[in-house]
Amino acid sequence: MMEFLRMGGEAAYVWSAYGITLAVVLFNVWWARWTHQNALERARAFSSESRAPRKPTVRQVE
Amino acid sequence: MSAFGAIARRDVQVAMRRLSEAANPLLFFVIVTTLFPLALSPNADELREVGVGVLWVSTLLSSLLAMEGLFRADADDGSLEQLMLSPVPISVTVLAKIAAHWLMTILPLIALVPVLALSYSMPLAALPIMVGALVLATPTLSVLIALGAALTVSLRRGGTIVGLLVLPLTAPLLIFGTRATDFGLHDEPAAGPLYLLAAFAAFALALGPLAIGAALRVGVE
Amino acid sequence: MRLPRWFHLLGSPPFVYGLAGRLVPWLGAIAVILLVVGAYWGLAVAPPDRVQGEVYRIIFLHPQVAYVSMMAYVVMAVSAGIGFIWRIKLAHAVAVTAAPIGATFTACALATGAIWGRPTWGTYWQWTDPRIMFETLLLFLFLSYLALRAAFEDRDKADRVSAILAVVGVVNVPIIHYSVIWWNSLHQGPSFMKLDKPSIAPEMLTPFLIMIAAFTVCFYWLLLNGLRGQIVERERDTRWVKQLVEGREA
Repeated sequence: MMEFLRMGGEAAYVWSAYGITLAVVLFNVWWARWTHQNALERARAFSSESRAPRKPTVRQVE
Repeated sequence: MSAFGAIARRDVQVAMRRLSEAANPLLFFVIVTTLFPLALSPNADELREVGVGVLWVSTLLSSLLAMEGLFRADADDGSLEQLMLSPVPISVTVLAKIAAHWLMTILPLIALVPVLALSYSMPLAALPIMVGALVLATPTLSVLIALGAALTVSLRRGGTIVGLLVLPLTAPLLIFGTRATDFGLHDEPAAGPLYLLAAFAAFALALGPLAIGAALRVGVE
Repeated sequence: MRLPRWFHLLGSPPFVYGLAGRLVPWLGAIAVILLVVGAYWGLAVAPPDRVQGEVYRIIFLHPQVAYVSMMAYVVMAVSAGIGFIWRIKLAHAVAVTAAPIGATFTACALATGAIWGRPTWGTYWQWTDPRIMFETLLLFLFLSYLALRAAFEDRDKADRVSAILAVVGVVNVPIIHYSVIWWNSLHQGPSFMKLDKPSIAPEMLTPFLIMIAAFTVCFYWLLLNGLRGQIVERERDTRWVKQLVEGREA
């Protein structure tokens, strides 16, 4: 196990490369999820504001 | 052909009337190339080494400065729409404007390069290759600048972003242009990179106007 | 000529939203499995290299990520071009989704390449290596696409203008691929994407290929996942989206 982690002395190179790649993939997963949630929330807000009762634009004549 | 000549001549005349504006890129060029020896080192040998790169980069940056005159002025007063509505194909219009821009902005820069190269202690023998490489590389540069200007023509403050769009695309020109100049400096055959620059120019001049025309159509609609 | 029904359906945002939603879990599962299997095979099972020792194991990451970055650009350029020519908004949505994925993968390719270069070539970065330069240009192209879009307030105009930039830039992709054949560089010639037998040892070929499949599936997983958010964003004021979000509230 320790031999595996040491990677023949070049652990820094191998693990940083694999780590960066993993980080990039995870970031993209998170980004897709975040933008989706964000878009849904904004759509919800947009939809409820258009459902809200609007004041009449014409004033009632007394 | 006459439409090409007419449009090019008109752009040249407009630029002639605003010569002070045309002088700005030239002054910028001179100032920037003067700043480098002050910042780096006045040692003649070191200057000769960096001179090639400095002159090329400064030419690139200075050419960007005059791109407003390409399309924006015409877009603002409506003459661009008129040109696009005319029976002249957009590619011809675009090529004529690029030709006028090259003549009025870039050619003066190229003319200044030998003078400034001397201030960088570059040997006289290397100058023809440098100027030749610039003459071959700048048509592509003009096409790229025109593309950047066309893509941003409808933006109010498109100036800053054009640099971001255009400069990375000019990297191959820079690489091969400086390589050709370096070969010339060290008396080696520079034919390879020069041919490549010529090929880029042919490619850009043939296909560039199509993309530029499409961008203008989107920008003006 | 009557076009098949699925052709029209692919232009319908609610249909694609639903389809993507159903495909995403499967693609995700396949991608994760392939990535884990490939990484384990490459790290633990494959033997060390005669020349490079252990550090060669980056060969199971770097070429694959670089390949996906180029594929991402082609996907972006083709869909932006389709959107421009045929005015299909969904195509532009695909292009916009592909851009950040492509940009991050390109950056990852450059980073893993630099890390691999230090012990093998002796340097993190080599300005005269054409493949490094043109891959960097690819990164700038992705960023320029996004920056250009951001400068426009009207989304339609942003779509169409940035589409031109995307299509013009696609010429960089074959240049990256052929650069190692055209010029002498630190990068070796292609050992895989050429017409005769691959010049890589068979014990290393299998994880290499697994990782190619893994990252490709991963890309399409991320693309479809991100596409859903982009579709909702663009279709905010349509009835189907309103029903979708109200249904979620219930």
